[in-house]
Amino acid sequence: MGKPQYHTDIVKSFVNWSLVWGVVAVLVGVIVSFQMINPDLNYPPYLTFGRLRPIHTNAGIYGWGVGTIFAMFIYMVQRLCKTPLWSLGLARFQLWLFNATIIAAAVTLLLGYNTTLEYHEMEWPIDLMIVVLWVAFSINIIMTIIKRKEEQMYISLWYMMAALIGVAILFTVNALAVPVSAFKSYSIFAGTNSANVQWWFGHNAVAMALTAPPLAMFYYFLPKSTGVPIYSHRLSIIAFWSLIFMYLWTGAHHLLWTPIPDWIQTLAMAFSIMLIAPSWGSVINGYMSMKGQWHQMRDNYLVKFLILGITFYGLQTLQGPMQAIRSFSAFIHYTDWVPGHIHMGTMGWVSLVSVAGIYFLLPRIYGREVYSIPLANLHFWLVVIGQLIWSTSMWIAGVLQAGMWNAMNADGSLTYTFTETMVEMYPYWWIRAIGGVIYLIGILVFIYNVYMTVQKGKEPAPKLLEVEGRA
Amino acid sequence: MWEKKPILLMLMATAAILVGTTITMILPFVWVNTEADRIEGVTPYTPLEQEGRDIYMREGCNNCHTQTVRPLVAEVLRYGDYSKSGEFVYDRPFLWGSKRTGPDLARLGGKYPDAWHYQHMETPRSIFPKTNMPAYGWLSNNALKPDKVRRKMQVLGFPHSETQIAELASKNEMDAIIAYLQKLGNDIPWRQTARTEIVGELRNPFAGADQATLAAWQPLFQSNCSACHGNAMQGGIGPALVGDDYDEDILFRLIYDGIPEQGMPSFANLGTERVWQLVNLIKYDRSPGN
Repeated sequence: MGKPQYHTDIVKSFVNWSLVWGVVAVLVGVIVSFQMINPDLNYPPYLTFGRLRPIHTNAGIYGWGVGTIFAMFIYMVQRLCKTPLWSLGLARFQLWLFNATIIAAAVTLLLGYNTTLEYHEMEWPIDLMIVVLWVAFSINIIMTIIKRKEEQMYISLWYMMAALIGVAILFTVNALAVPVSAFKSYSIFAGTNSANVQWWFGHNAVAMALTAPPLAMFYYFLPKSTGVPIYSHRLSIIAFWSLIFMYLWTGAHHLLWTPIPDWIQTLAMAFSIMLIAPSWGSVINGYMSMKGQWHQMRDNYLVKFLILGITFYGLQTLQGPMQAIRSFSAFIHYTDWVPGHIHMGTMGWVSLVSVAGIYFLLPRIYGREVYSIPLANLHFWLVVIGQLIWSTSMWIAGVLQAGMWNAMNADGSLTYTFTETMVEMYPYWWIRAIGGVIYLIGILVFIYNVYMTVQKGKEPAPKLLEVEGRA
Repeated sequence: MWEKKPILLMLMATAAILVGTTITMILPFVWVNTEADRIEGVTPYTPLEQEGRDIYMREGCNNCHTQTVRPLVAEVLRYGDYSKSGEFVYDRPFLWGSKRTGPDLARLGGKYPDAWHYQHMETPRSIFPKTNMPAYGWLSNNALKPDKVRRKMQVLGFPHSETQIAELASKNEMDAIIAYLQKLGNDIPWRQTARTEIVGELRNPFAGADQATLAAWQPLFQSNCSACHGNAMQGGIGPALVGDDYDEDILFRLIYDGIPEQGMPSFANLGTERVWQLVNLIKYDRSPGN
């Protein structure tokens, strides 16, 4: 039986474009980090912090994150189903629409068409484009799965299908609005309801776009890279179902102490703590799959990316529940601690696993060995160090700021004015910006390596193809 | 079994997702924004205020400013009464935010006079020398578009008169955003409720402080008073301060309670000790320029 003819050109295109938007996201991130240090770097009306920050987050989530999801899902689904992608034409349309949507989002956000709903800032015409995009993508993946030649569906496929459904439900509900004009609408939800719906979306967008898909990649690329199967199938079943069941209860932990009804906050807090179990189910499954293979952390740079990635996922899913506890939230919420947390997830977990996936794909879609493994190692260390500087400086800053916000004198008055607490942040914002620059350099090294692989890479060693053959 | 049937798996996943969704997202509609949390006095935005709110959204002010005061001691002391659900029923969408690079604004309305806001938006560093707030003076150059605002008010179903719409023609975006900021948290009389009654005789604990001691309190004046009353108490947004005009206890009350109707904020949250230091500084400082 010959191998099915998988479509790889479309995967190449999605990889390339997600890298473009990834660089944009990080570059804008570095720019806004300097704007926080020096307000003279705001150039109104378009290039102000208030307009650029949504471009940073949305380019990161939708351009880099979702772009990589498109590439990886299309790659993985064909192999896991042992059948070519259902419709190449639909995938090409999706590529075209993906880039049109990201460009339209960036332009409209610069123009100030901003719903202010975090990670959902785009106005209604862009929302419609995103819905069409996601439907086209989902149909293609689901039809490929239905037409599969492999009866058993591997773990990665479960996470992929859950992500397709989850994102569709979340994004659509939070988008509900009444248009006033071409680029202005009012949410159908008001006040406290609006807050509750937004963070039900916001937190679960993290679950369905930035947790389930990277887990699908992790479960696929780890065994592929090490050549050893996942430790426990049963553990992955328990972790999967409990993860997607429990996540949806936790959105209100973003709204502790606000006017949201108390019982919703308490449920969110309880389920956030419970979420440690399924999150760590995957972490432990990953670690145990390394049994007898830990030497690969030295020998195989792919494993290094994947294992550091799942480690940051483990840390993220401990720190997150901690922040979801009322007393802890009272202290650190609204401070710089919070961006420190989210950047460990995005720069650490999601991006490390995504780039591992890209490194893994390169020889298989281009038929060439990765140009330079030393450069891949340099990339690894730059992004890990850059991210640790970034997050650690913000955690320290957040604790300091929270302490100052809460400090009181003997007569019951506050010790510091708000401005006094803000001024103390400047040194940490400097350190954070430097961390961001180091991270950006790491990304540029990565892109150079990818470019050189495409241009000058050597023919692949037979060993690589052998590992591929185990699918 | 479900591992071999994709449609079944997706149905099961949808069901799993919908349980938490139904209970924590859909069910609350039964209680939130109903008569149960309605607050008398909370009114919809006027055309000018709503347009100001849309400008606030357009400029992404929510990226650095929150709009919800939590029921925590330090927070209520710093910003004012904690936020109530019924105060937000006209907010589409909510603007509670998630990060305080700048301070919370939920109780900003009525805290400062309009003149303070115009100066602060134009040159934030003239009021807070080390702030990272960008300047927004350019908003003054943009005229409002009454027809667009009328359409918005119709979609929102907020009451508005043609006079209100017509008046927008002579206003600019800065007027609108400041009108909005002055409305924030001001629909309920929380300042009157929160006002602490001073009981007993007021005695100056720092009576007879020497000039060196007074000079050491200058930074307190500079960070809390000089923006409106001038670096050398010569006046500006607020009047010049002439110590001989008031007795110590009157001066204490003026600073501690403020004169909200004239734009003088209450400085009770500085605590009695620091208010007394300011009283002594204003009344007795004889350093050059005062």
